[in-house]
Amino acid sequence: MSRLQSWEGFLLVCLIVIFGFNAVLTPEFLGIGNQINLFQLSIEKIILALVMTFIIINAEIDLSIGSMMGLSACAFGYLWQLGTPAPLAILICLCIGIAGGFLNGWFVARLGLPSLVVTLASLIGFRGLARVMVEDRGIGNFPDWFDALGQQGLIGPIPFALIAFALLFALLYVLLERSGFGRKTYVIGSNRDVADFAGIDTARHKIILFTMSGSAAAFAGLLYAARVGAVRGDVAAGFELDVITIVLLGGVSIFGGRGTLVGTLLSILIVLNLRNGMALMNITGHIQTGVIGLLLIASVVIPRLKLAKPRVSKPEATA
Amino acid sequence: MGLLHRLSPAALRILALLAVLAVVILFFSLQIEGYLNGRLFNRISSSVAIMALIATGQTLVILTRNIDLSVGSIVGFSAFATGSLISNNPDLNPFLLLLYSAAVGTGFGMINGALVAYARVPSIIVTLASMALFRSALVEYSNAKSITTETLPTWLTDFPNMPVLSIGTLEVRAGFAASLLVVILVHLCLTRLRPARALFAVGSNPEAADMAGIDAKRVVFAAFALSGLMAGLAGFMFLARFGNITVVAGLGFELKSVASSVVGGVNIFGGSGSVIGAFLGAVLVDLLETSLVRWAVVSEFWREAVLGALILLAVTTDTLLSRRLAKLRAKKSKEAAK
Repeated sequence: MSRLQSWEGFLLVCLIVIFGFNAVLTPEFLGIGNQINLFQLSIEKIILALVMTFIIINAEIDLSIGSMMGLSACAFGYLWQLGTPAPLAILICLCIGIAGGFLNGWFVARLGLPSLVVTLASLIGFRGLARVMVEDRGIGNFPDWFDALGQQGLIGPIPFALIAFALLFALLYVLLERSGFGRKTYVIGSNRDVADFAGIDTARHKIILFTMSGSAAAFAGLLYAARVGAVRGDVAAGFELDVITIVLLGGVSIFGGRGTLVGTLLSILIVLNLRNGMALMNITGHIQTGVIGLLLIASVVIPRLKLAKPRVSKPEATA
Repeated sequence: MGLLHRLSPAALRILALLAVLAVVILFFSLQIEGYLNGRLFNRISSSVAIMALIATGQTLVILTRNIDLSVGSIVGFSAFATGSLISNNPDLNPFLLLLYSAAVGTGFGMINGALVAYARVPSIIVTLASMALFRSALVEYSNAKSITTETLPTWLTDFPNMPVLSIGTLEVRAGFAASLLVVILVHLCLTRLRPARALFAVGSNPEAADMAGIDAKRVVFAAFALSGLMAGLAGFMFLARFGNITVVAGLGFELKSVASSVVGGVNIFGGSGSVIGAFLGAVLVDLLETSLVRWAVVSEFWREAVLGALILLAVTTDTLLSRRLAKLRAKKSKEAAK
């Protein structure tokens, strides 16, 4: 019962309700094909949500991930068109992600600028560089193995991206919940000054987190290029807002210091299944986004209502 | 150095922005033939007329340590609602129409304000969500139709281009003049009126503002309502300028307005900044975008990359300079105390 009162418990109940509703509505919903498809269509966003969980727990934000995805995807297309072998192009794109993330982190941690502004600037800047490379063209005709990696199953019907997501989740879970790195992420997020006094190199930690975010975004950009088989200048535009919504809905506090990867995972499942269910009911994309928005506000207001009760009863108990 | 001490940081910021604007204009007039003419001014002033209003509202919100990401959706909704009202009632009084768009915007702004101030939900979450909500409200409301110029009365579509003052080919058009008037009015209020000073108080130190008897909740609520009002008026201007309105009207304006404010020296942590700065920021952003398209040396696709670098540069220099200035002043007052 106490488990149910936690945010994750609440999310789990929501998920089961949505799941049951969808399953009754359409029998095909529960098929393994539909479930894999569900993940596959949003695989980039959900990978980014995992790393964004670290960033927001650390009391920062990274608005540039959508643009970095676009930059990485466009750089791949551009290099491929110039005749660069695909493996080398992939390596260069990942390096772009590392460099871009490091740059964000450096401005935030070493210069002390707010991450909202720094990553707003790089949101515009990275997108600009992507457009410089592909201008208003679309680039496609990637090597067959590259497209196959994004579009076909690697082990049975399970595609490479989904396996990568599972591995990444396991790795990041251990990192956040079972390692000193993860503890530092929470400590810095709940009080940076205290972390500084405790001798933690907070600036270095933040730079590492932003570098992780940049490289994950570059990786997601490559996954996108492989899945769609072509790139354009506007790849992944606006993804950052969806990703942040998923993370916040998962119970991660925008003020930092609180949240879990399990919450993010549940939130991912809720958003994906909710959208899928609404699509089955012929509800358009804009309205779906509106419903998710409503859910986001509710996710902050509802726990506050619950918290307010003990606060009122406490003084009575002591008096 | 003496000048540095005599001028307020706010005045210094405005001077620095004007200097940057002058350098940019000088640079491009040397690079592009026939660059400096009335048409350049007309083009930029028409587009700044809309962005200046939104950036003004955004500045009011940022002053209180919040952010409003829903302004783009409010502009879109206001433009569409105003357009459909006037096409259904072509004889409507222009002032009533303006009032209508203002009311639509204010209504949305009040929803944001209530959630941020009274339900205590962080503004970035509220407006991230309401950006999506207001946009989906627009999709529902529009019923898959769009507003076209033909259905609008000519007085409305002529209004933004009507010259108020012409010097050669340079025209100060009604839309720009109206928008500038609003900016100046808000600036005067912010610097002269006691209730408006509460925005700065709440933004620079909420606890102190609270102890000084300022109702911080009401101030934050008012800032969001005003931001909605400005976005509503911007929607009116958007409709008048473009005439054709679809459900994607105003998309991306939220980030551009934040960029304008920040480039204009408004501190993202709240408590300092001016709407004149935000206005100049909007001009600078637009000037660069327009000029880079015409500059033959680089492809027009560079404009976004340059814009991103510009924002970073503006914020970095602003932060470093104001830190140094604060240190200098602290040192000087220490010496004076001795």
